[in-house]
Amino acid sequence: MLETRNIDFYYGSFHALKNIAMEMEDHTVTAFIGPSGCGKSTFLRLFNRMNDLIPNTRLTGECLIDGEDIYHKSVDVTNLRKRVGMVFQKPNPFPKSIFENVAYGLRVAGISDSRFVAARVEESLKGAALWDEVKDKLKKSAFELSGGQQQRLCIARALAISPSVILMDEPASALDPISTSKIEDLIHILKKDYTIVIVTHNMQQAARVSDKTGFFMLGELVEYNDTKKIFLSPEKEETQNYITGRFG
Amino acid sequence: MKIHRGAPMYARRMKIRREKNRREKKLQGAHTWVRPYRKKNMKRILEKIVESVLTVSGATTGIVILLIVVFLFREGAGFFRHSEIETGYALCVNGGNPINRLTPEQIKAIFDYEIDNWSLAGGNDEEITPFRMNDISNYYTDEELGENYEFLPEKLSEIISKTPGLIAFVPEQYLPDESADVKVLAGGKLNPADFFGGEIWMPTATPAPQFGLLPLLLGTLWVGLCAILIALPLGLGVAIYLGELAGERVRNLLKPAIELLAGIPSVVYGFFGLVVLVPFIQKTFDLPVGETAFAGSLILAVMALPTIITVAEDAIRNTPQAMREASLGLGANHWQTIYRVVVPYSMSGISAAVVLGIGRAIGETMAVLMVTGNAAVIPHSLFEPVRTIPATIAAELGEAPHGGAHYGALFVLGCILFLITVVISVMAEVISKRQHHA
Repeated sequence: MLETRNIDFYYGSFHALKNIAMEMEDHTVTAFIGPSGCGKSTFLRLFNRMNDLIPNTRLTGECLIDGEDIYHKSVDVTNLRKRVGMVFQKPNPFPKSIFENVAYGLRVAGISDSRFVAARVEESLKGAALWDEVKDKLKKSAFELSGGQQQRLCIARALAISPSVILMDEPASALDPISTSKIEDLIHILKKDYTIVIVTHNMQQAARVSDKTGFFMLGELVEYNDTKKIFLSPEKEETQNYITGRFG
Repeated sequence: MKIHRGAPMYARRMKIRREKNRREKKLQGAHTWVRPYRKKNMKRILEKIVESVLTVSGATTGIVILLIVVFLFREGAGFFRHSEIETGYALCVNGGNPINRLTPEQIKAIFDYEIDNWSLAGGNDEEITPFRMNDISNYYTDEELGENYEFLPEKLSEIISKTPGLIAFVPEQYLPDESADVKVLAGGKLNPADFFGGEIWMPTATPAPQFGLLPLLLGTLWVGLCAILIALPLGLGVAIYLGELAGERVRNLLKPAIELLAGIPSVVYGFFGLVVLVPFIQKTFDLPVGETAFAGSLILAVMALPTIITVAEDAIRNTPQAMREASLGLGANHWQTIYRVVVPYSMSGISAAVVLGIGRAIGETMAVLMVTGNAAVIPHSLFEPVRTIPATIAAELGEAPHGGAHYGALFVLGCILFLITVVISVMAEVISKRQHHA
């Protein structure tokens, strides 16, 4: 279970997230929507501490995964990131073979048993619904795949280290409709085993894939509720305006 | 009612508007025919001019490069048309001597008294008596030779026929007539096998200059290789430090400083090497001289560093942030990210850095000339004086007579230098291509 309490986040002097409290259940899909620059990606990246890479940032409040504060001094960031996988907006495979891309997380974790690695790679590629398309060309460069395939490869790569949470930062925004629908189908399947948090600009997508939806605006969590409720009878006027396309 | 009255009104209004539009269009049409068209034409001509200027400058550059290469190789090829024996001179032996041809190395050995019997050069068992023009006073007085040396050829003929083991090195102008007793040795053309396999470089030796490439080639490769072995790990280390680890302030300080290093003239590096490095090496390693291959390698390494660092660091910093995030997001730590993702990703840039560094090391002239001691001998260790190809060209071109064998030999050296660099760039190209496909 993911949980935040009183999260405030600053880029330098810019107050990017304002007092956000939220809970996300295991094995659910939570979507974050909101206009550009509203802080939803920043919020997402808190959960695997990706924001640590950006200089001059500051965080207050608590961010918990299964009750453990992931910003506590005793937490090993690399271990945390093995538990919390991430898929990025643009497909970003490594300049390596398809096989090595998926095996990367295992390799850096120091696993050298080649039979285990091979089995895990196959399992992950199957999990990302990519196995049938690439099983004959695992040694080929990942750059030879199409954009949609590359994105599913990135999902497979994240699955390989068996995380419990998968963060997706606009995973389909750079893809064509067919690839997008494949990714969405995949999210439905993955939900059984993983807790998924997805940031999207596409409200239909949020409505299609998520169980719960959070609407962000200007660094604040305006409304967080069941997806059905958000899209059919939102409580706040801003939410209503945004999902009906009156602004944003 | 409203609709009834409004509809024809609307139709009338539309008609008026259409007519107005047509008039305006006509006007506009007339307008576009005269001035904007000319303007457009002018713009097109200007674009054509710019285009042709660019094409011409591109073509000129290509032609100039081609001309330089052609010139280099033409002059270099001229070398092999020269005779093995110094121009204007000839070698004569006794008519009874079975020897018809001597290699440059044999000639040198004979006149340096290293060979003293014809059997060692493939002839009869007979003692060799080398004879140079200044030895003539041992045989004849000046009066006997005549006022203008008009009797010289005759007397030479006499000396040669009298001494069976004699070999004389004489100017062509006083060459005795060939007869049963006197044989003029045909000087062969300089041949590539002797040049590329030769182990002695003494281009001013008489009677036969020695053009052996090996000491120079090995000297160049030796110094260049050691320089790269020093500069590459250091340069890559600094590049990775600057690109990945250094804080913004350190970077802003260090990077311009390193770039400044690239701007220092090589003479200054050479001077520094001569004054500081050479004595230091001599003392530290307790050597007879400090001017060694090692000094050259160190200086070259320092000179190649800025290039390697700047190019490699740019490549490393150009690695997309997304790559780093992907790696870190999979639980890799900073180091794993650097050597598994960042370095492979920037491999083509890094190999470019290596090539530029090697190119600089191989081609660098002045600094190396000043600190390596310039002894054209095949190097056996790092702590011996060596001489590189560029240093040889720089040092000797001024003294080589234009169009002579020595002059040609220096151009052949230039060609070899050129070929070495071509091979290195092709290699780098292949390496970086392969990395990209992986």
